[in-house]
Amino acid sequence: MRDVAIIGVGLTKFGEHWDKGLRDLIAEASLNAIKDAGVEKLDSFYVASMSSGLYGFQEHLASVTADYTGLTGVPGTRVESACASGGLSVRSAFIEVASGMSDIVMAVGVEKMWDVEDGTFVLSTASDQEYEAYNGVTFPGLYAMMARAYMHKFGLTREELAAVPVKNHKHAVNNPYAQYPFELSLSGVLNSSMVADPLRLMDCSPITDGAAAVILCPLDRAKEFTDKPVKIRGIGSATGPIALHDHKELTKLDAVNTSAKRAYSMAGVNSSDISFVEVHDCFSIAEIIAAEELGFFEHGKGGKAIAEGQGTYGGKVVINPSGGLKAKGHPVGATGVAQVIEATLQLQQRADKRQIQNAKIGMTQNMGGSGGSSVVHILEAV
Amino acid sequence: MSGIVGYGSYVPSYRIKAATIAAQWGDDAATIERGLLLKEKSVPGRDEDTITIAIAAAKNALKRARISPDKIGAVYIGSESHPYAVKPSGTVLIDALGIGPYVHVADFEFACKAGSEAMFVAYSHVKSGNMEYALGIGADTSQGAPGDALEYSASAGGAAFIFGNNNVLAEVLHTTSFTSDTADFWRREYQHYPRHGGRFTGEPAYFKHILGAARNLLDISGMKASDFAYAVFHMPNGKFPLKAGETLGFTKAQMEQGWVVNLMGNTYSGSSPTGLSSIMDVAKPGDKIFMVSFGSGAGSDGFIFEATDKLPEVQDLAPKTRDIINGKKIYLDYGKYVAYRRKILYNK
Amino acid sequence: MAISPRYTREIPQRFRLEAQKFSCGKVSLSRRLICPDGCCHEFENITLKGTGTILTYTVIHIASDDFSKETPYAVAIVETDEGARITTQIVDCELEDIKIGCKVEIIFRKVSEEGDSGIINYGYKALLV
Repeated sequence: MRDVAIIGVGLTKFGEHWDKGLRDLIAEASLNAIKDAGVEKLDSFYVASMSSGLYGFQEHLASVTADYTGLTGVPGTRVESACASGGLSVRSAFIEVASGMSDIVMAVGVEKMWDVEDGTFVLSTASDQEYEAYNGVTFPGLYAMMARAYMHKFGLTREELAAVPVKNHKHAVNNPYAQYPFELSLSGVLNSSMVADPLRLMDCSPITDGAAAVILCPLDRAKEFTDKPVKIRGIGSATGPIALHDHKELTKLDAVNTSAKRAYSMAGVNSSDISFVEVHDCFSIAEIIAAEELGFFEHGKGGKAIAEGQGTYGGKVVINPSGGLKAKGHPVGATGVAQVIEATLQLQQRADKRQIQNAKIGMTQNMGGSGGSSVVHILEAV
Repeated sequence: MSGIVGYGSYVPSYRIKAATIAAQWGDDAATIERGLLLKEKSVPGRDEDTITIAIAAAKNALKRARISPDKIGAVYIGSESHPYAVKPSGTVLIDALGIGPYVHVADFEFACKAGSEAMFVAYSHVKSGNMEYALGIGADTSQGAPGDALEYSASAGGAAFIFGNNNVLAEVLHTTSFTSDTADFWRREYQHYPRHGGRFTGEPAYFKHILGAARNLLDISGMKASDFAYAVFHMPNGKFPLKAGETLGFTKAQMEQGWVVNLMGNTYSGSSPTGLSSIMDVAKPGDKIFMVSFGSGAGSDGFIFEATDKLPEVQDLAPKTRDIINGKKIYLDYGKYVAYRRKILYNK
Repeated sequence: MAISPRYTREIPQRFRLEAQKFSCGKVSLSRRLICPDGCCHEFENITLKGTGTILTYTVIHIASDDFSKETPYAVAIVETDEGARITTQIVDCELEDIKIGCKVEIIFRKVSEEGDSGIINYGYKALLV
């Protein structure tokens, strides 16, 4: 397997884009990435979206992407793994380049979520339709049950849980692509409306339109396109049960743990080598449990650690320098790719006011459903 | 001998007080309570309907019958509030309880006596030797129009009776039915709520048919009121059944156990069946039980049962009717009540 | 959301709690060809008794269209006495009374409706005991 590098990134601003449809978002991000990389043509691409069919009755995204990005004829593949679709598309692009099959491959993720009224139903398709959604549990409801189990077992308080979105909003202030680039206070979280007890509106990532794309090529060709290539040093992917109730332990996310171990093993590093990580904070509790499964904190101790500042600049590891899903936004299919973009910008010293000093090795973790799939990338500045 | 081999009832946990409804419409609560002899009624939960009530009652009946469900050869649910206009309530019940697939199913309708007619037909199947066991159920989530007198009494609940020829708990000694075309209460297709003839629902309807059936029953059996330990009549309100009973020579003491309306309201097809279920909970071997239902339109079914020595063995095998009624109670305000009773229009 | 064929297929599980006990000991209510751990194909057909314990729960305030008129309502993950895990609503109680560790009884109730003209979806819910 050859080494693979990221040579270009492109994304749209994340937010409510009433004037942009699905194909507008795909094209904007893709063309931005292609321009950033300075490539003339692509050998292949992967397009990630959780539910373009239910959100806008549009499937066949490979064709749509090629058509509207001026790539007609180029082979394309749709990738779907609920909210991990984006991360999985990067992994898929990596494999095609690493195997030697192709040289220049794009991974673009997109979601157009504001075209429907009942978004709650669409998101529930990431859960077990017959044994979870059928009985009336919502996606936030599943994470709320995890939060309650975690709080019950480890004594995490409601205020400590709220520290996660407060931190992520603070980080997003410096992110020009973020949906909500402003600070959020603790009382702002605690007084927001209840979604699924104990999770309130400000514990939940928003509904967002957006797209994000990266261009990959073999590491030994990267200097043709950029003088700051970022190497994908390790990837790990794992699946978990579709229903939360089938998790062995309700306060753990085994798929995150397994995918992280695979990524660390491939990269030959461990958590102490990672200076920042983009974690899948679809809900506040998800960041805490994922950070523990990634090895940054002991099981049961992550919440308190993050509340004490261990997850921000100056702490043990900067978690979600982009603002995370909560403040940057969560266009489902785009998120995994956007995480890789943030890591790339940090490693290329292009993160401007968000720049982490001496960022050499970074990590991203992208998760589907209530832990039904997880993809971890470890990236390195070379 | 043919008769009841299993019985059970179910009443939802939700309640609304007559006083709450009176406050809504500007009626005087005390006058209503005195006039109807009832203080509160049962309300089905948002997720309850005639089918879920019938299933809960039938589960209790199966516990007492101690037979394998697949031995039941026919299932009839009588109700005025079947959830579907076309698709039987009974088919959901058989799949929920593991009855069938070799089983007859049909839903019955005859205003408030659909349940007792279902019981009669189930009984007839086993008495004729057509099948070993048959199930007749009366269950309802009765509707009364907002602001109408019926709103105070129309309630939810039901009872199920398995009939058979083995291990009979209460033998059927005599039956009768008295019917005529009497338009005292009706609902046309596509109308939300029933209409009724006011005072016409009394003498010419309720009393004519109840007394007609009751007198015939006493006649053919050669029995008199004092021969019975218990009597239960259809209970549209607290007053009518007591008056009917008195007219026939029954005492308050005989009617007390089956008179559940003051606690739960009139559950239409489930009314006298629930009263009967309450009586079965306490009856002793040899006790004779007199039951006459009434359904508008109109007609009355009459039964005379005699409790056997098998009955005490099973009374404790499932929750007793009055324990269910007096158990968990969750009181609703008028707004919640109309939401649960589906009287609010939504876009769908 | 459910439509007739998908709905009818799940009747033995949803109406009668018919489950599978695999030879490794795992019990699954949702029908499977192979046990959840991927180790065995042999199983025994069992019917769950309908009793269990709450492992965790939430109260849903924002729901999808099918359930939006019922909020706030409680949903819990229940472990049945046989070891099966289910996700189910907890009904007919004060929401404050629901706690981790509560014992429940599983009952038959209406779960949702497909609008005014579609089918009525029945299934299981749970009561605190």
